[in-house]
Amino acid sequence: MSRKIKSTSAPDTPGYNPSRRSFLGAMATAAGVTLAPGVILYAISKSSPANARTLDAAVTSDVRWGMLIDVGRCDSGCDDCVSACAKENGLRGHGRPETDAQWIRKIDLKNSQTGNSTSLPMMCQHCENPPCVDVCPTGASFKRADGIVLVDKHICIGCRYCMMACPYKARSFVHEALEDQKSHAPRGKGTVESCTLCVHRIDANQQPACVEACSDTGGGAMLFGDLNDPDSEISQRVAKYASQQVRADLGLNPGVRYRNL
Amino acid sequence: MKRIIYSEIKGNSNQFYSLAAILIVFTLSALGSAFYMEHYGHVVTGMNNQIVWGTPHVFAIFLIVAASGALNVASIGTVFGKPIYKPLGRLSGLLAIALLLGGLVVLVLDLGRPDRLIVAMLNYNFKSIFTWNIFLYIGFLGVVAVYLWLQMERRMNHFAKTAGLVAFIWRLVLTTGTGSIFGFLVAREAYDSAIMAPLFIAMSFSFGLAIYILVLLAAYRGSDREIGDVVISKLGRLLGIFVAAVLFLTAVQHLTNLYAAEHAGVERFILLDGGIYTMLFWAGQVLVGGLIPLMLVYRPAASPNRNVILASTLVIIGGFAQVYVIVIGGQTYPLNLFPGMEVSSSFADGAFATYSPSLPEIGLGLGGVAIAGLIVLFGIKLLRFLPTSLANAAIDPHHTVTAKTP
Repeated sequence: MSRKIKSTSAPDTPGYNPSRRSFLGAMATAAGVTLAPGVILYAISKSSPANARTLDAAVTSDVRWGMLIDVGRCDSGCDDCVSACAKENGLRGHGRPETDAQWIRKIDLKNSQTGNSTSLPMMCQHCENPPCVDVCPTGASFKRADGIVLVDKHICIGCRYCMMACPYKARSFVHEALEDQKSHAPRGKGTVESCTLCVHRIDANQQPACVEACSDTGGGAMLFGDLNDPDSEISQRVAKYASQQVRADLGLNPGVRYRNL
Repeated sequence: MKRIIYSEIKGNSNQFYSLAAILIVFTLSALGSAFYMEHYGHVVTGMNNQIVWGTPHVFAIFLIVAASGALNVASIGTVFGKPIYKPLGRLSGLLAIALLLGGLVVLVLDLGRPDRLIVAMLNYNFKSIFTWNIFLYIGFLGVVAVYLWLQMERRMNHFAKTAGLVAFIWRLVLTTGTGSIFGFLVAREAYDSAIMAPLFIAMSFSFGLAIYILVLLAAYRGSDREIGDVVISKLGRLLGIFVAAVLFLTAVQHLTNLYAAEHAGVERFILLDGGIYTMLFWAGQVLVGGLIPLMLVYRPAASPNRNVILASTLVIIGGFAQVYVIVIGGQTYPLNLFPGMEVSSSFADGAFATYSPSLPEIGLGLGGVAIAGLIVLFGIKLLRFLPTSLANAAIDPHHTVTAKTP
């Protein structure tokens, strides 16, 4: 074998040791072939909103899921995100807007001084320092390591203190009996609920339903991704363009940011 | 001072049984209301996703705040060593426990899942002031029970002062905790203020004493025992100080808010054009619950007892109005997500919330009052809470007339 390599490689190089060189070369190739798919997968996982975490692996704080909403591309008359959320999570109104749950809603804004009008979707802002989690007596309101704020429906006692504490009015109390629930979005009469960021979809490497709907049929105003990954599209966009958090004065550091507000 | 003799009331009159029956009916109607609310969900109440705390919370907070205040009479006797208050201490402790239990029953039965009370007892988030309050409330019941026992067991009387001091400090912390439930709500403009804690303490002094005066008089008149005007006028003048303290802290609360331009909206709502809430504030809290009682207790009158009874009643009515304005009025004013912008949405953003109390809510709240009443009624029937006489001569060391021996 060494003769064959010798005949095809630089035979006249001084100090040349054919057997050692071929060994190192073979090892490098083998290592490359072994590691490359992992590196590529890792790279994909870091740049794609679809996390490569498997369901049996623990959620870590390496990831911080967030959303960037370009208000300039959000049409006042469009509520595709709202209907997609309702469909995905099995939210059905009873025709009673005061007590029906709303996980995401459209807010129309008008600057009272300039007359400028805009529209935007508002939902749980998945704060880094969520007041709802602070005030919850049982710990039913909690923040997942990857930044998603959720309610554990098994230990929520329905005291509604989180609803008093949320600055975004993002939470709803289930005021009446429910039917035909979605198995991936369990709800319960007498407990509090809010946007889950479609955690079941994120765990299945998909985007939240509202983001998908906005991109498919809406204005493409919503971008979802990992704020901790400097290479993700959302990180690059928030680095390049000015964006803002609603009620930034409260220091909650929401995971949802708005552009052109 | 004469040795004070305490005894149970007979509790076998028609009046006693009628009162007990009425209180039981109200208690049962509260349980029925709670069952109705849990069965159909809170959709049958006036509460909604904008007004998340309603009339049950007004009753519960009023009762819990009053509970800690009711204990003050005992504290003044044992901790601050005023002899005239000493005979009043036992009823003060009983009333404190009764009012707290009544308030807690309302609070628990209004939960979305009251069946999960055990969950709240097993899962704690120690960053939550609700969690602190669970410990403060349960601890208060224990501390006051021990305090009562030390007062009632003569051999242990010398420990009563220490227990009284612990109970007094505990009650101050407890009311601070209750006020801070609102004070810590940074996002809501009507709350979000450290003054909520001292304001609630002053409210507790005032409401608790007003209830104490009425219960004391009712118990003595109902059981044909003598009660002199020395006690009543002294309690009445003390009530005046507490009422003035509430008015003072309320003025500071609103003046501070008025100074900040960002709070002009919510202040305008409460003080000027909030409809029912503005009326409840000025007519209910300030006039009926504040200025008129002050005038009644401090103005010389032909019938001081009647004035004190009227003042106490008005303080309770004004107190309810105040708690209603704080709890419901504070939520009615919309959250301000986008300062300087006009907002509208399908979820009532930017709109004043609407709320009207429903029958089940009122039933549940009144049930809490009834439970407190039942505890006091049977407490004084079964144990020696009340001195046999509170006649002037029996309690006032400077009174010259010989006391009647009971």
